[in-house]
Amino acid sequence: MRTVKHALLIARKDLAVELRTKESINAAGAFAIVILLLFSFAFDPGSEEVREIGGGLLWLVFAFAGALVFNRSFARELPNDCLDTLLASPLSAASLLVGKALANFIMLLAMELVSIVVFGIFFNVNWTVHIGELSLVFACATWGISILGAVFGALTVNLRLRELMLPIIIYPLLIPLLIAAIELTKVLLSNQPMTPGDFLWAKILIVFDVVFTALALVLADTILVN
Amino acid sequence: MREKVAIGSAAAAAALLAYNLYQMFMVLPDEALQGAIYRILFFHAPAAMVGMVGYFVALTFSVLYLTGKNFLYDSLAASVVEVSLVFSVINLVTGSLWGRIIWGIWWTWDARLTSALVCVLIFFGYLMMRRAVDEPTQRARLSSALCIFGCVDVIIVYKSIDWFRTQHPGPVLDFRTGGGKMDPAMANIFWLNFLAILLMAIALVLVRTRQEATAREIDSLRRLAHTAA
Repeated sequence: MRTVKHALLIARKDLAVELRTKESINAAGAFAIVILLLFSFAFDPGSEEVREIGGGLLWLVFAFAGALVFNRSFARELPNDCLDTLLASPLSAASLLVGKALANFIMLLAMELVSIVVFGIFFNVNWTVHIGELSLVFACATWGISILGAVFGALTVNLRLRELMLPIIIYPLLIPLLIAAIELTKVLLSNQPMTPGDFLWAKILIVFDVVFTALALVLADTILVN
Repeated sequence: MREKVAIGSAAAAAALLAYNLYQMFMVLPDEALQGAIYRILFFHAPAAMVGMVGYFVALTFSVLYLTGKNFLYDSLAASVVEVSLVFSVINLVTGSLWGRIIWGIWWTWDARLTSALVCVLIFFGYLMMRRAVDEPTQRARLSSALCIFGCVDVIIVYKSIDWFRTQHPGPVLDFRTGGGKMDPAMANIFWLNFLAILLMAIALVLVRTRQEATAREIDSLRRLAHTAA
């Protein structure tokens, strides 16, 4: 309970800082729109194919723009020894990690909401048909990205070439989650009925979230050593 | 002692490989459906098995490092990952060659192949991260954490046989099918070659572990000299 309370405290702090500066969310949002614009040149925006590849386009956008969010997650604590202060505080490493992941999660969801609205407009895709199921997919997949982003943001915060190392390390680990999210989004955007194979992707998404969240909590002290 | 084990493993691997190559090319006939190219399986599958098992061995050493803080385990983990990565790449390349002949394509994005490539990328990232960290304790700690996360993906690779429809051929080994579809003579050479590749891997790991330990010793002497200066 205390860990949850502390995690919410950290998340609130990060979101308050972000609301004031808007550095990550503006960059991520702008980058997402730029990628969607570039995709409009690579693929015919008006074609039926877009519904087939829409899931892939969206999650590529979210993954690349998301890197800007979790890159800043721990990096913003480096000036003025804020990270050392946090680690020396009574807050547990697990609560710090989960708090950061929660803040990333909310920022990523905000970016995804803006992106999918723009995507719907640019590519003439009606994404509101299965909005409930789509929201669940977005929530599960975004949590997976957020928790891994927080873990590896913490791991790479003091490395040289941090901005280069983080994507190289994190994207291969995210591949199973991205595949599952892409497949489910593709089905929901193209208004096809869900098959048993699609439910398998949903299970993979949930298992991924549970396993990596548990791993993050167990290894939090190792990852965030002062 | 470690040196003797390394030399012994290398010698045994060389002898076994020589015997197996003779058996493969001079004794065993071509496979009924695949022809001569089937022989690549004697290297492809053992390389895959050694690679995959290696990642779990590295996981064990990583956990041992985190619990005991003994740098020997970190050296072992890094060496095992490096050697496993080499064998995983051999697996992908030989598989690609086999696929080109049998399927007519160099690559396909089925679950097992994709997951194998993902494993290679994850542990390539592991080695890159090790190079980016100068401080040995931090390097060992971060590597161990990344190895644990990475090995979860290895499990997904293994389970992909059961989870997804795949273009990759189904299992032919006795312990997978319960009855076996490989000819007994071929199966014998397969397992002997697996042993040869395993011994080669052990020799390489021992040599690399020694190199890692020596590099760390040199690094600590440099730091000491720098501090003294």
